[in-house]
Amino acid sequence: MPDWERASLARVVPPARPRKLAKVPFVELADGRLQGVVSSGSDIERVYVSSVASGTFEFSCGTNNNRPCGGARGSFCNHVRALITEAVVQYGPGRVARYLKADDPGDEDAAATLIAGMTAARPPQGDRGSAGTVFSRFLRHLAYTEFAPATAPLPELQWFPTARAEA
Amino acid sequence: MRADLLTDAVAGLEAALEAVDAFDQVLAAGLLRPGPAQAAGLTALAGAVTGTPLASRTAEAAEKAAGGAAAEDDFLALAAGRTALLGSVHDALMSRIGEATGRESVTEEAPGSAGASPANLLNAARSWLCDVARAGWQGLDRETVAGAAPVVSALLPDTGLRRLAVLLDGFAAELAASAGPGAPAGRFPLRRWADLWARGLILTVPGAISPPRTSGVTGRLLPLGVDLTEHATAVQAQVHAILEPAVGGPPRLVRAAASAPKPDTVIGAGLWQLLRPHLSLLAAVSEGRSMDLEDMPVTAEGDLIWDDARATPGEPADPLATARVTLPTAADPRTAPLDRHPARIAVPVFLEAYTVAEDGTCTVTGCTLPVDAGRAPAAGPLTAAAVKASTACVGLLRWDDGTFRLQPLAVETTVKKRKAVVGAGDWGGGTADKAGLRAEKAAADARTVLSERAGRLLRKR
Ligand SMILES: [Zn+2]
Repeated sequence: MPDWERASLARVVPPARPRKLAKVPFVELADGRLQGVVSSGSDIERVYVSSVASGTFEFSCGTNNNRPCGGARGSFCNHVRALITEAVVQYGPGRVARYLKADDPGDEDAAATLIAGMTAARPPQGDRGSAGTVFSRFLRHLAYTEFAPATAPLPELQWFPTARAEA
Repeated sequence: MRADLLTDAVAGLEAALEAVDAFDQVLAAGLLRPGPAQAAGLTALAGAVTGTPLASRTAEAAEKAAGGAAAEDDFLALAAGRTALLGSVHDALMSRIGEATGRESVTEEAPGSAGASPANLLNAARSWLCDVARAGWQGLDRETVAGAAPVVSALLPDTGLRRLAVLLDGFAAELAASAGPGAPAGRFPLRRWADLWARGLILTVPGAISPPRTSGVTGRLLPLGVDLTEHATAVQAQVHAILEPAVGGPPRLVRAAASAPKPDTVIGAGLWQLLRPHLSLLAAVSEGRSMDLEDMPVTAEGDLIWDDARATPGEPADPLATARVTLPTAADPRTAPLDRHPARIAVPVFLEAYTVAEDGTCTVTGCTLPVDAGRAPAAGPLTAAAVKASTACVGLLRWDDGTFRLQPLAVETTVKKRKAVVGAGDWGGGTADKAGLRAEKAAADARTVLSERAGRLLRKR
C-alpha cells in the first residue's frame, strides 16, 4: 500500500482560505453544483440563491422568496459571477474547476478566466428547483455560529490537524 | 531523550498493522456483495485478535460479513476488533516512548464514567455508518453520504454527544468530497477512513461518550504549547501544560482545551476569536505566563475541564524553560481505554542540539525524525523557517504513517540577533504582530457578517 493509504492523518480536503463574506456569505461545492447565497446590494433583507452545475454549467439564480433574478437572462448574472469569484478565493481555482469540470484556469485572473471559459460554452439556464435546498443549507451553515464552545476534551479532533499553508 | 529508540523497529507492529490493512481494504469495496478478497481481509482481522476476549465475536462477525449478511452488531464487532488491534499498537508505541523519555506514567485506575446518552440518536448514527460500510468507499453515492447530515444536525445541539457529531461531520465532508465530481477515482485514505468509521461505531455504544468523572486540583500550571485541530466545521485548541500540585508531589502533564462547532468560513484568527473567551489559558500562553488553579476539575487522563473562574494569571513562565527543567520530572497521564489509538499519541518532549534539514526532517543524536511544521496554526508565528533556524524545541511526539514524528509547539530561535521563543499558539490570546492584527481584523469582519446574517435570517423562521 502507498503511504498515503496507510496514514491515519492523510490529508483529504485541503484547508479553506480566508475571504470577505459581506457580498457572498455562503458558497459550497455540493450536490454536483457550485452553489451559494449572494447578498443583495440594495435590500438587506434579500439574498439571491445562485448555482452552477458541474459538467453542463447550467446556472440558476433567484431570491430566497423564489423570485427570478432579473440579471440571469441567457447568461451568468452578477450574482453567479460573484459566487464563482468567491468560490475561487475560498477553495482555490484548481478545486473549483475540477468540481465544475471546467478547464483549469491557472492562477492568474483565475476567476475571470474560469467565468469566461464557462460562458463561452453557452451554458443553459436551469429552473430554480434547488433554491429551497440551497437556502436551507445556508441556514444550517449559519446555525453553526450558535453552538456554544465547550471545554471538555474532544479527542476525535486528533484526526484533524490544522494545516498551515507554507508559502 | 533517547531518540535512537524511536527509530528502532517495534516488535509485532508490522504484523498487527498488516491485519489492519487487510481489513481496511475490505471497506474500500464495501460489504454489500463481498468477494473472496474481502473474506480474506475479514479473516485476517479475526485471526489477529485470536486469544483475546473479542476472538469469538469477531470471528462470527467476520463470517457473517463475508457472506454479505452482516447486521449492525456485526459491523460493531468488526470495528471493536480493529480498535483493539490498534489499541495494542498504541500500547507498544507508548511503552517505547516511555523508554525514550525515561518518564514515569500515572498508574492510578480511572473511575468509570457517569451518565448515558439518548439511544435513538446513537442508533441513527450507527445505521448511517453501517450503510457506508455496505456501500464501501468505491460504492459511495451522494445520497448515502448525505444521510449523515440529519444525524449530525440532531447530535450537535447535545453537548454530551458532540464528540460523535464532530467526528461524523468531518468524516462525511471527506466522503462527500470523494463522491463528488472531479475527485480522483479509486484512491482512498484507507487507514484514515477506517479509523473514523470504526471510532464512530464505537462511540455509538451507549456509555462510550458519557462525561468522565473528575476531581479538583489546585496548583501552578506551566504551559508548554498549543495544539490546534480543526476540520471545516469544528475546531479545538488544546494547551499542553505541566501542573505543579499545591499539595506537593511530582508535577504531572495535563491538557486544557476549548472546542466548538463552526461555519467553514471561520478560520485562521477567527478560530482564536471563537475559543479565546472560554479558555483564559490561551491569553496566558500568548503572554508567556503560568496560571494558578484553584480546585480545577481534572480527569484521570489529565484533561482539565477548564473553568475561567478557577484560574488566575500567574508569574511569567517560558515554555522552553519549563520543558528543559520541569518536563523530565513530570508524570505522563494514562490514556482512556477507548482513546488507545496511534493517532491519539501526543507526548510532550524537549529537544536540543539538533539540525533541521531542507526536507523538514530533524536529526538529533544521529537519528532522524520527520517534523510536522505544517501542524502549526496559520494564525501564528511558528513558521517552518522558524523551526529550521531553531536551537531548542518543545514539541509533541506523535506517530503516523509508520514512523514517530515531531510536532513543534514552541522553539528557541534568534530573531534580529536576539534569543526569542516562538510558539504555535502565540497569537491564541491576541497579538501585536502586524500580520496577526490584519488576520484578526479580517476574521472579526467575517464573524460580524455571519452573526448579522444569522440574526436576520435564522430567527425569521
Ligand atoms: Zn442573479
